[in-house]
Order: sequence, then C-alpha cells, then structure tokens
Amino acid sequence: MTPLSSPPRVISGSAPGRLCVDGRVKHGHEAILRGWAIRFAAVIAIILIPAVLPTFYVTLLGYVGMATLVALGLVLLTGISGQTSFGQASFVGLAAYATTVLTKSYDAPPIAGLAAGLLLTGAIAWLLGLVTARLSGHFLALVSVAWGISFFSLFGTIPQLHGFNGIGNIPPLRLGRFSAASLRVNLAIIWAAVALIMAMSANLLDSRIGRAIRTLNGARLMGASVGIDTVRLSRTVFVIAALNAAVAGFLFAHFERFVSPTPFSLGASIDYLFMVIIGGAGSLWGAPIGAALVVMLRDQFNDWIPRITGQAGDFESLVFALVVIVLLQRAPDGLLPLLMRFKRRTSPHAAAGDDAQTEQLPVPVTVPGEELLALQGVSRNFGGLAANRDVSFTVHASEIVALIGPNGAGKTTLFNVVSGVLPPNSGSVRLFGVPAARLSPRRVASRGLARTFQHVKLLPDRSVLENVALGAHLLGRAGLLRAMLRLDRAEEAHLLSEARAQAVRAGLGNMLHVPAGDLPLGQQRVVEIARALCLRPRLLLLDEPAAGLRLPEKRRLASLLRQLRAEGMGVLLVEHDMDFVMQLADRVVVMDFGQKIAEGPPERVQTDPSVVEAYLGGLT
Amino acid sequence: MNWFIFLALLQDGITTGAIYLLLAIGLLIVFSVTRVIFVPQGDLLAFGTLTVAALQGGHLPGTLWLLDGVSALALIAALFQGRRAAMRGVLAWGIYPAVVTAIASALAPREIPAISIILALAIVTPMGPLIWRFAFRPIANASVLALLILAMALHFVLIGLGLVFFGPEEAGAPPITNANFDLGSLNVSGQTLAILACCVVLVLGLRWFFGATIHGKALRAAASDRLGARLVGIDAGATGALAFGLASFIAALAGVLIGAVTPLSYDAGFDIGLKGFVAAIMGGLVSYPMAAAGAILVGVLESLSSFWASAYRDVIVFTLLVPILVWLSLRSGSPEDRA
Repeated sequence: MTPLSSPPRVISGSAPGRLCVDGRVKHGHEAILRGWAIRFAAVIAIILIPAVLPTFYVTLLGYVGMATLVALGLVLLTGISGQTSFGQASFVGLAAYATTVLTKSYDAPPIAGLAAGLLLTGAIAWLLGLVTARLSGHFLALVSVAWGISFFSLFGTIPQLHGFNGIGNIPPLRLGRFSAASLRVNLAIIWAAVALIMAMSANLLDSRIGRAIRTLNGARLMGASVGIDTVRLSRTVFVIAALNAAVAGFLFAHFERFVSPTPFSLGASIDYLFMVIIGGAGSLWGAPIGAALVVMLRDQFNDWIPRITGQAGDFESLVFALVVIVLLQRAPDGLLPLLMRFKRRTSPHAAAGDDAQTEQLPVPVTVPGEELLALQGVSRNFGGLAANRDVSFTVHASEIVALIGPNGAGKTTLFNVVSGVLPPNSGSVRLFGVPAARLSPRRVASRGLARTFQHVKLLPDRSVLENVALGAHLLGRAGLLRAMLRLDRAEEAHLLSEARAQAVRAGLGNMLHVPAGDLPLGQQRVVEIARALCLRPRLLLLDEPAAGLRLPEKRRLASLLRQLRAEGMGVLLVEHDMDFVMQLADRVVVMDFGQKIAEGPPERVQTDPSVVEAYLGGLT
Repeated sequence: MNWFIFLALLQDGITTGAIYLLLAIGLLIVFSVTRVIFVPQGDLLAFGTLTVAALQGGHLPGTLWLLDGVSALALIAALFQGRRAAMRGVLAWGIYPAVVTAIASALAPREIPAISIILALAIVTPMGPLIWRFAFRPIANASVLALLILAMALHFVLIGLGLVFFGPEEAGAPPITNANFDLGSLNVSGQTLAILACCVVLVLGLRWFFGATIHGKALRAAASDRLGARLVGIDAGATGALAFGLASFIAALAGVLIGAVTPLSYDAGFDIGLKGFVAAIMGGLVSYPMAAAGAILVGVLESLSSFWASAYRDVIVFTLLVPILVWLSLRSGSPEDRA
C-alpha cells in the first residue's frame, strides 16, 4: 500500500460520525463517546429486559430476535444486492436439525452443533449459489421456492428426523459448566447475537466490499467495469444470508427445545420476506422493525380474528396477506423510510469538511509513445446488422483520440468491444500489447482500462464520494471478515482519501456527500470520470463526457483531460460536441455505418470530403 | 416395473403434464406482458375445480359472491373514471356478473355437468382481470421482485378465501366424457384424451389469437416492449387485464379438467402451479415450445417417481431444476441490469 501523504481525515460511511478514526478530533471523540454509550445501553438492555419481562413477552421477543437474524440476511440479499430468496426458512431448518441431531443423538456440546449447522448450511448455500448466482433476480426467487419445498419435504420424510412428530427434549445451550435452561437467559443470548450480527452487517456495508455489494443491484456491468467479480460476490452475499438464517436455526432449536418441519416451510420463508418488505429492505433497521411487526401482528391476529369471526379458518393469514398487499402498494419501500421522514435529516458528512488538499496522486505507468490499444479489423454484428465492420486504429500513451460519427455509427458498440462487454465477431484487440478480445470487463479493468458509460451508471442513492470510491475497488485487499470486524479501517481511509482526491480533481469537491442521483446529468458524468480515475487507468474510455455540461464545466473537463494526457494517460473519447473534440483531440477517428471513414488530426478530418458528407448528407 | 405399468404411468404423466403446460402458458403470457410471476394461478385452478364441484352439489359457490363483491368495487371505481370507462365498467363489472349470478341461481339446482363447467369458467375467468385491477395495476411499474412478493401475498388471500368458501374437504369435477378405450392391454380414459384435446385446441386458439387478432397483436407488442407499446397507443391497463384474463381462463379450464382426474382441496393449487413454473422456467420464461416440452417432462417424471419413491416425488421434480438452471446460467452471461 502506498504511504499516505496526508493523514486520513474523517472516514465517511453510512452512519454519522461514529466511524471517525482521526482528523477532526473533537468530532471524532464525540462520535466515539456516543457510539460507546449506545453500545453500553444496548448491553444493559439485552441483560435487563429479559430479566423483568412477563414470560409471554419473553417468548414473543425471542421469536422476534430469531426472525430478525433471518431478516438481516435477507436485507443484505434482497434490499442491498437485489436478489430474492423464498427459501430462507429451509436454511433455518438445516441448522436447527443439524444441532438437534448432534446434541441429542450424539451428545455433542451445542457449540459443535452451531459449527455443524453453519458448515452444512454454508456448504449447501454455496452449492445453490453456484447454480443461481448468474441468474437474474426472479430466477433465483423461483428456484428458491423450489428448494424451499424440497427441503421442507425432506425434513418431513427422512426417517431419522421423525417427520412431523418432530424431535423434542433438545438439550439447552451450555458452555462448559454454564447451562442456559431458562428462557430468559436464552432471550439475552438471542438478542446479543442480533446485536453482534447487526453490527457486523453494518460494518460490512460501510466498506469496500459493501460498496461492491450495492452494485449487484441493477448495476452489475458498472461493477464489473471497476473490477468487481460480481458473480462471486453475489454468491458470497447469498451464503452470508444463509449463515444468518443458520444462526437463527441453531438458537431456535435450543430455545424451543423441539423441532419439526412446520416452522421451516415455504410459508415461513415467505413470512421472512414479508418482514423485510414491511420493515424496509433498504436498511438494516428494516429487519428488526419488520420482524417485530410481523411476529406481533400475527400473534394479535391469531388472538382476536377468530373471536370476531367466531369460526376457525385461515382468516389470520388472509387478513395478514391483505395488509401486506396494501403496504406493498402504499409503501413499496417499507415502513422504515416513512418513520425516518419524521426524523430530522442530518447530513453526516457536512461537518467533516471537504477542503482536503489534493493528495499527490500517482501517475499512470506508461512509456511515452507506448501503444496502449490497437484494434485490427474488428467487426461486431447484431444478427444481420453490422454495428462495426473492419475497424482498425490505435491509441498511444499521452494521446487523446476522439471517436466521432453520426448517431448509430457504432461508436458505443466499439467501446463495448474494447472494454470487454461484447466480444468481437472477428478481428483482434490488443490492450497494452497483449491480445484482449476475449477478456471479461473485470479483467480489462484490472489491466488498467477504465471507462464511463453513455447512459450513466451510478448508485443514485449513495453519495458522490462512495460512488467515486467504487473505482478504487481494486486498490483494496480487505475481505469480508476484515470488513465485518472493522480491521479494514486503514485501508478504507486510504481508499476514501484517494476517492476524495480524484473527486476534488474532477471538480466535485463541494458535492462529495450529495446523493449522486441528485446531481444534474452532466455532473453525474463527471462522477463517472472521477470513478474511472480511481482505477488509476493507463487508458481511459469516455462515452460522451461533455454531454450536459455547461461551458465552464466543459473547460474544466478539457483541462483535466489535458493534464491526464500530460501525465502519460491515453484517452479515447466519444463525443458529439465538435468544439470540445476539435480543441482537445490529438487525433480524430470518424465512423459512419459501422466503418471507419477517416482518421487524422482534427483540422484535416474537418475538411475531409467523406466526413462532411457523412455529417451533412452529401451536400458537396 | 413392467412395460404395462410403465405405459400406464406414462399416460398419467402426460395427462398431468398437459395441465402443467396449460399453467405454464398462462404464466408466460402474464409474465411477458406485465412482468408479474402469477403465483396465484394455481389457486385459481383450485377455484375452478371447487366451483364446479359446488355447482354440481346443487349450491352456489362462494366464488360467485366474491365475483359479485369485487366486481361491484370495480364498477364503483370505473364510474369515477370518465364516460367511456364507466360504460365499459357497467358492461364488464355490472351486467356480466349480474347475468352470471342469475343463470347460476336458476340452473345450479339442476346439476347439469356441462352447464356447471361453463358457469365455473364464467365465474373464475373474471378473477384474473379483477386481480390485475386491484392488486397489480396500482404498482405495475414496480420491480419484478416486488410484484412477485405481492403475488405471494395474494396466494395467501386466495387460499384463505378458498377455505372459507369451500371448507377443507377435497372435491372433484365431473368428467367431460366417461368413454374408455382399450389400446392393446392399455386402458386409455376418455378424460385423458379430452384433456389433451383441450390442450391442443387452446394452443392453436392462442396461436390464432396472437397471430391474427388486433388484441393478440397488442399483447405481443406489450410483451416485447412495454414502453414502445404505450407510445403507439396500446393501453397498458387493458393489455394487463387481457393477459390476466387469459391466464385465469386457462387456470379455470385446467381446474375443471384435472378435477375429474384428481379431487383437489382449497390449497392444492399452489403445488400444481409451482410445477407449471418449473415447466415455464425450463422455457426460460420466454419460449412456449420449450415450456411445453418441460411440462410434459415434469409430468412424466413426477408420475414415474411417485411409483418408485413417492415420498420424494416433489424433491425429485424440483431438483430437476438444478441441471436446467446450470445450463441456463452457462448460456446467459451475467444477469441483465435494470434499464
């Protein structure tokens, strides 16, 4: 890791203040104090509340806690990474049966049951993820219905599990000589687990991996373009969600001390999903809120609906489902955002100050005059339509090449071919001197090519800084575990300071903490450029960077590009703004109907008869 | 197992496979037009069976009152939406249910199988458009996942209603024909042939509908590009209602057909619907012929596995998804980004 030339300042994240490491000392101390106060209060609550509650509520809160654990995993899976599972209850069941069989039949300590449950569930989820991680959201959802039913039916049919008679008298939790036979102690253990896992999940979301996870939800191509292995990551998230469910299953078996297939049915899985939807899938706090609401609503409905209707029936589920439907229609983002509306909106980062001096940014490693990109006879068809035909050109270090042409000339297709999104049908692509026609976007990114998109691809709800920091993904190494345990702070500080520096350099210094989606479109393009710069590319591909910018912003962009060129970077840009192109580019490649029709310095291309014809429709 | 049993199981499998095929078609129509994964279709199938059974028992089914009640709501809503909508509303949600209710009240005590079947179709088919109107249309632009979750919730509403209307007992439908044919040593029931014939007629009918009629073409346009279809003046609300109407008609028909082979209870539709899903997934949720092949495969596999390992029947059918998904995931690249 490169030594930092300036001390890490405030590390921003999703939570206000408490994540400060250094920098604003006063702010940092306050936040740290407040953070510890909250933690202390939580510990006291977890110990005291179970001790004083009536038994009925002890059981109810136990269920809420266990459901929260499952729902936390689902928030990560559904709300954050955009995948849906109707099979979480079967993961709960796997772990519950694992610990039941081990502790009851083999007299193993519960801790071994926990380990076995986590291992078994993790392995099965990993295998399922192998199959489903590439599939788009609704496929995973449907398949999860299938395995939800399969596991349920297996729990009911495997003879050793005693079918629907269930297994009772499961030993209580114990560790050494300490045995937790009382429900109250169990309740404290459950909520301690909730607090721990919630903190770990929050840590994860506020990290490099957390940012990467957010790209899984509808921005996978962008994720790949900054070097994120989206397929592997979505499998990882899936496994994490399953492990959360496994912890709940372990606790369930020792809390109830009885297991049968019923609580692991498809219906239970759907309930977990309802919790997340009702609470709000976008935030971790949606999990406890949704879990509490669903568990308590169900309890209440079971209590008074039969009294009203005077007959036994499925009225509880019916009314409950109607409530869910109305909520989905009226509050599709869950109740949490509605609750948050009443809270004073604080901007956690405004206080942090963004007058950071621009860090000394590393200069791309290129040899002057080195050939960065060479296309030779590249063709790409879509069915019968030749989007690119026999296109050849090169881009060198310290050079700005502009790709121009009328709409539909095939410029964006060519970008996609170069950046690995589309393989060419024929012809060769050499990137940094190595054949690259078959590389994935992720590999292309890791070799030093960064790009922006014609249709801006950002995480609109996240801050500009976080969006830019996505580009620094490959600069970090810290994995899941380090992120969850907050052992990634030094690296995170480094990544964020790099992101901040690039953002400031691109002219976004006064809007670092604004949600990227709130910026005007032109500025969103600049965010993409800053993100691309975070990859420390040797070659930069910009798709219409100046579109939507005002004149001063265009000038600023042009001078940034000139500076990058001076540092040795190669730039290939598609642009329709001819003034911008002609003043900036060293060379212009003109395309029309998929073919290159001219190439040369701007002044020569402007007078080229075939170019004039392509643009003006053959007036000459 | 001998050859004879195998053929009998095969016949069984093809019969249920044909039902799964019907459901897969309904699912594909609804999904491609509205992006809703129509989970409650299986519940409508059970409604179909149980409605016929109730009519054949000589009493009016609860689904009729459901139709009347929800239609009244739709009528009231339509009256506030301008003159054209109001006129259509009066026709669809006022006159139609009134006529169906009148005919059902007059004819139910006579217990004529053909009339009961037609009435059941007439009662269950409008449920699709009503479900669209009140459940999905208000959030038609939500994500596929939100729509799916809503569909799941709707499933619980429908089985809740099913229990209230029909009670927990199983009930069957009258067969369309009692004929039997002996093919060598194999006995082929007329109902099997009737099911297959209905399947073929329906597939050909849909083909004609999608290829030759303006409404069918509107559906295809909406399926291939919803925004584009709206831009050329195709009413998204109307195409959605039509797609749901087709699906609920198909479900009711499937319910009437399968009810004569297997009696169903109020909550039996979900599993049948899911197997229709499995078939549709094999078609990648896009291709009708693939879904047809998948449906027959699921039916035959289920029938064979119920002979060998009946307890693991569902496990085997759903595990079948895995190799198919592996293939699908290798074929497609990474999941498409949302537009």
